[in-house]
Amino acid sequence: MMNSQEITDLNATTDPFVVAGRTLSSRLVLGTGGATSMATLESALSISGTELTTVAIRHFSAAGSTNVYELLNRNNVLALPNTAGCFTARDAVLTAQLAREALETNWIKLEVIADEHTLLPDPLELYSATEQLVAEGFDVFAYTNDDPALAQRLQDVGVAAIMPAGAPIGSGLGILNPHNISTIVARANVPVILDAGVGTASDAALAMELGCDAVLLASAVTRAHNAPLMAAAMRDGVKAGRAAYLAGRIPRRDTALASSPTEGMMQTLVGEF
Amino acid sequence: MTSINIIVNSQPVEVAKGLTLREFIAAHIGKELNEDSTAKDGSKLGLAAAVNGAVVPRSSWNARQLEDGQNLDIVTAAQGG
Repeated sequence: MMNSQEITDLNATTDPFVVAGRTLSSRLVLGTGGATSMATLESALSISGTELTTVAIRHFSAAGSTNVYELLNRNNVLALPNTAGCFTARDAVLTAQLAREALETNWIKLEVIADEHTLLPDPLELYSATEQLVAEGFDVFAYTNDDPALAQRLQDVGVAAIMPAGAPIGSGLGILNPHNISTIVARANVPVILDAGVGTASDAALAMELGCDAVLLASAVTRAHNAPLMAAAMRDGVKAGRAAYLAGRIPRRDTALASSPTEGMMQTLVGEF
Repeated sequence: MTSINIIVNSQPVEVAKGLTLREFIAAHIGKELNEDSTAKDGSKLGLAAAVNGAVVPRSSWNARQLEDGQNLDIVTAAQGG
């Protein structure tokens, strides 16, 4: 990457996103879950500019086959299979093995869920599955709680990316603990991809302003009233947040600081200060 | 011809004894498969199979005969966050 002081425009050359050995030009990862139709999904994917998208691994059905895999291949979008719906390390490892075989990729977004009410990761099962999958040569994108200590442990095991939840999956609550996300970013030596909880474009921008390397979202776009338009908003929100992060925000102050000079003011007005 | 009963994606199915995993999957998905279980039309299958909870690599589909009572899962990519 160029020195951030020299950048005036963000693109694949000035600010590439490198993850698990691949370089991507978009820092938005769009999940495919929740789209009402394949046409809407394809339109949203195209407008979002994403190059990477998540898919679930499910039973093949000859009848109701809506072929997501073909759609991704057609649009040159990389598939990041997930282990959504797994509650144990054992199930997640098997799903990852099936995903590797089916989609011919070592990448896996590892989700091991504690319960259906929160859909939050089960830290112990997540850690155990991460150990096994890293040992089997997977590039593990670990969906994790917004817990800096757990993120550190996952990084030590050798994950390809840390994916902390901003808020529960599908909740649209945004980033509930920005401080924890900042701490995870500060200690990370692999990419941090904010995952889950994003509700609108400002949430995506905030994630990037906090220093996340990318944002993964699905429901916020696929369940929006106008999915393609929200995809555009997310694309721009991620870009704006990234630019603001690199540009360096001003420090917060308790008092005002005038931006217009007081020198050179008309004499009659000076006394009124 | 004798037949066997297996479970395919949670559904009971009766198949001919001696059928290989490659033959079964080819019929199930409606595509002709080469001996190495790649598609004859050159398309990517995007499929994986597990027998009794263990992945069977595509390269082994041809050598794997289905047996009575086996649980077969055939999976692919689906929409998901």
